[in-house]
Amino acid sequence: MKYMAMIWTEWKDEGFDSEEALRYREFAAQAARDGVLVGGDSLHHPSAATTVRVRDESALLTDGPFAETKEQISGYFLLDCPDLDQAIAWARRIPGARHGAIEVRPVLDMKEMLG
Amino acid sequence: METAEQIEQVFREQFTGLFAWLVRDLRDFDAAEDALQEAFLIALRRWPDDGIPQNPRAWLAVTARNCAIDRLRRERRRPALEEQMNRLTKGPDDPGDLDDEVLRLVFTCCHPALSLEARVALTLRAVCGLGVGEIARAFLLPEATLAQRLVRAKRKIRAAGIPYTVPGPEQLSERLAGVLAVVYLVFNEGYLATEGPALIRGDLCSEAIRLARLLVTLMPQESEVRALLALLLLTDARRQARIDAAGEPVLLPDQNRALWDQDQIEEGLAELGRAGRDHEVGPYFLQAAIAAEHAGAEQAPNTNWRRIVRLYDALIGLSPTPVTQLNRLVAVSMADGPQAAFMELDQLKDVLGQYSYFHAARADLLRRLDRPRGARAAYQRAQELATNPKQRSALARAAAQLESDDPGGR
Repeated sequence: MKYMAMIWTEWKDEGFDSEEALRYREFAAQAARDGVLVGGDSLHHPSAATTVRVRDESALLTDGPFAETKEQISGYFLLDCPDLDQAIAWARRIPGARHGAIEVRPVLDMKEMLG
Repeated sequence: METAEQIEQVFREQFTGLFAWLVRDLRDFDAAEDALQEAFLIALRRWPDDGIPQNPRAWLAVTARNCAIDRLRRERRRPALEEQMNRLTKGPDDPGDLDDEVLRLVFTCCHPALSLEARVALTLRAVCGLGVGEIARAFLLPEATLAQRLVRAKRKIRAAGIPYTVPGPEQLSERLAGVLAVVYLVFNEGYLATEGPALIRGDLCSEAIRLARLLVTLMPQESEVRALLALLLLTDARRQARIDAAGEPVLLPDQNRALWDQDQIEEGLAELGRAGRDHEVGPYFLQAAIAAEHAGAEQAPNTNWRRIVRLYDALIGLSPTPVTQLNRLVAVSMADGPQAAFMELDQLKDVLGQYSYFHAARADLLRRLDRPRGARAAYQRAQELATNPKQRSALARAAAQLESDDPGGR
């Protein structure tokens, strides 16, 4: 099963945290070695986000993220695990889990849904 | 010809094991439930004439599996079904000992990725075999609410891939604590019932004890499981004495100890002794040890409060919850007098200020410190915060007692 591990963290404005980045790189390398890592990215600061809605055929744009919460999505990993327990075991090891939160969500299997 | 009761007893005995066995292969609670239900219906039709088969479990297992296979054939749409089919058709005809299956099911139902209320509902339904209506009545919920809760939990198990496994050694103690919490919650729901007919709520206590017994059989090496069973038995032994004829709660020191269930106390003490062979001491062991101190005191004044204080100290070392601290202070007041406890008690006011028992305990200390005016105010506050009408009238009685002791109103 594929799981998306969304990384919710509080954004610091002190710029790039190179030590944290190194920890992320180690995590990704380990997950790749174990054949779990399908994909993943880290994201720019939420102030760089643009939210798009289409109403009556015209696009309404707002500056900033969809939800103004203290924690914002700062990145994600796509993990392939046999079950939730293993996905959780990997999510625990994501560096952001120590100060933020990791939302683990199963990816919908379209093949199974559409038969 | 077999009686309906005999057949029903077979169903009750076999439900959990067979359900767990079917779920493992089907990975689908509803499909397992449907197949088992169908097998039971077939048995109900056939057994009265044919007699109960020699091995009813194997008979029901094969029948239920065939029902499941038929259903899968009928609705062969999704590729996942093929996997289910393979697992089903490969298995042996007599599933044999189903303990491992049941243990797996327990850990699935009590998975921490489910909400606590969902875990409770699912465990009572799948492991204890209670009906949706029964569970709803016991928790004083509309049946539709409970049914919805079960549907959502089952859907999450399937969608999120919650596994049917016993967690590995590195996660076992964490996950086991979650299982025990579910059992303890079921028990307390019955024991501390704030409303509703006492009879139904008492059933929850029995169900929790049955569940704890099952867990002891499944995990005999886990001392905290035994300790929980001991705690439940020792606490439940006081059930008859803790409510008076008017339905009002009776405090521990005032209970008629002749009403305590001695058989249950003995069983609890034996389980506690077995749990005590482990070097590690967990929170349920300490709570059971406290209950055992009470059970061992023939009369309230013989209670060894000093030892109870030490047990509370150890319990606070493991999990320093405010309610445990409150209970410890009550024990301190019994061991060293009300003054010793009173100063510390007020430090809990910020966290427990909305908790009726906090004010009731404070009122009792003030009464014993000969400060009736303060005691009266505290009883008043405790009554305002009490959610249970019987509790409220017991508090009113305690306050009235204060008046008659001190008609001057100091």
